[in-house]
Amino acid sequence: MSATVSRATRPSGAPHTAPRARRRRGGAWLRGTAITIVTLVFALPLVWMFAAAFKTNVQVTDPSVGLWFRPTLDNFRSIVEAGQIVRSMGNSLLVGVVSTVLSAVIAVPAAWAVGRFNMHRTGSLILVARIVPAISLLVPWYYLFARMGLVGSYTVLVLSHMFVSVPLIMWIMISFFAGLPVELEEAARTDGLSAFGAFWRISLPLAAPGTATASLLAFVFSWNNFMFALVFADDRTQTVPVTLFNFISYASTDWGGLMAAATLITVPVVLAAVLGQKYLVAGLTSGATKG
Amino acid sequence: MSTTEVSAARATPRPPQTTAPRARRPRTFDQANRRLKWMMLAPALLFVGLMIVFPLAFTLDLSLTDAFGAVNAGKSHIGLRNFADALEDTRRFWPAARRTLVFTVGAVVLETVLGLALAMLMRKPFRGMRWVRTVLIIPLLATPVAIGILWLLILDPTNGIANHLLAAVGLPRQEFLGSVSQSLPTLMLIDVWQWTPMMTLLLLAGLTTLPEEPEEAALVDGANGWQRFRHVILPMLGPTLATALVLRAVDALKTFDILYATKGAGGGSDFEVETLNVYAYGLTFDYQEYGLAAAVLVLFTLFIIGVVVLLRRRGGRKNA
Repeated sequence: MSATVSRATRPSGAPHTAPRARRRRGGAWLRGTAITIVTLVFALPLVWMFAAAFKTNVQVTDPSVGLWFRPTLDNFRSIVEAGQIVRSMGNSLLVGVVSTVLSAVIAVPAAWAVGRFNMHRTGSLILVARIVPAISLLVPWYYLFARMGLVGSYTVLVLSHMFVSVPLIMWIMISFFAGLPVELEEAARTDGLSAFGAFWRISLPLAAPGTATASLLAFVFSWNNFMFALVFADDRTQTVPVTLFNFISYASTDWGGLMAAATLITVPVVLAAVLGQKYLVAGLTSGATKG
Repeated sequence: MSTTEVSAARATPRPPQTTAPRARRPRTFDQANRRLKWMMLAPALLFVGLMIVFPLAFTLDLSLTDAFGAVNAGKSHIGLRNFADALEDTRRFWPAARRTLVFTVGAVVLETVLGLALAMLMRKPFRGMRWVRTVLIIPLLATPVAIGILWLLILDPTNGIANHLLAAVGLPRQEFLGSVSQSLPTLMLIDVWQWTPMMTLLLLAGLTTLPEEPEEAALVDGANGWQRFRHVILPMLGPTLATALVLRAVDALKTFDILYATKGAGGGSDFEVETLNVYAYGLTFDYQEYGLAAAVLVLFTLFIIGVVVLLRRRGGRKNA
């Protein structure tokens, strides 16, 4: 994506008179200021969180301590030594990776079928999955999984997280496959590949970037998911949002520790956002979904 | 899914296994495709059936029973009594429904207006666009529970930076999440902080796909900036706007994480942020009123579907 291009603010075809140019330059300056302010409004709360994670508890609760202070790693040391956060991050990683991989295996071929054969009525089933509130499934799931003795297991966490990621990945990938020229597959078929072979050897490799984006988003939403783990995880299988939530109740005065834990679980997501910004925005705007 | 599609697929004779004569190839392609597409869809359909359709049917059945307490306790069908109980409940159900609506409408309207303004602002490329987009995507991806806790710190009535800043510009101290009356509006503002970027990115994506000619024509005709926006850009942006609105409204209706993380079970001491989502959660996992909870969920789901249908129809008419 290109940076610069401030002169693009000049609408093509507009007469080039001096007062207009001046007004336009003023407009560009105003626009820049507005964008800067808005960006700061969205960025500063998170900056505040990162800063607080490196403050002592006295500094955290003293608003006059701004962003200039001597940072300490004590908060991180204490929460890591407490242990649960590390185990939870492992759990979140495990559940996130397994549910995302399984979802991609299910959703990508399905998205190909819907996108390639214009099966939009079937595809709208996915829309239903987006509309249904997760909690209206949580009740029957809980009922059924409790009877099967599965509550607290990784299996249930993976399955419940797939509820979010299967529709998400399908949503993104349908438009991706629909956008691939069908001629490529037809040519491959004429050259002797089977229908599945054309998908496997031609379309799937071409869809790899889209699949990567969709999977990364699915992983992030799994990492963030709170409600399913709140119900289905036990102490052993707890994921990070639940651990963080439990922190509030028994360590409500330990703001430094809370912010360190919040930072610890947000950093991977922020890294993903910084590194994959372009692709994630494309994925979000084509898929436009969240749990 | 339409049943005709299924039966058509089933009725298809198995295509010949291997090399078909050249002349018959197009038909074979077709037949192979038809069989393959259902094979490719099967795992996803199975998942949707087992994890979504069947549980929803179970919820529907559960809503007609007096299920309560342990999940393996007996239950019997009691007709529509749970629905009657929910609809007559003016203490928890109706206030929760009202809060759900107020939260959704308030937050989504603000997010749409701000998101559109910001998208227009960012429409033409500028230096640093990449960084601005990165900043905008972070609130969308950040863990909601972490965001909730972060705002608890910022909005803390005594030690928070928010009141410190308000005092600095001479405004009175606010209780924010510490008070019954301010909690819901505060959470709406947090939602606006978190989701306005989503609106911006969606609308920005829509704006970049618009053709330039109509706007240039309007410019030649002497339309000013507002007129071009109101009469040229906005109508063309309609479909994107409608889609974004539906998606955001559906998600806002279902908001749970931040409400629960900041105010806890029941949405606070006076149920002040208890939406239908939080209410149904409490009914199920705190009170174990499974039957009643299922009835509330059926009503809630119908409510959401109603909103979607309404928004889509209105959006559709506007763009027709």
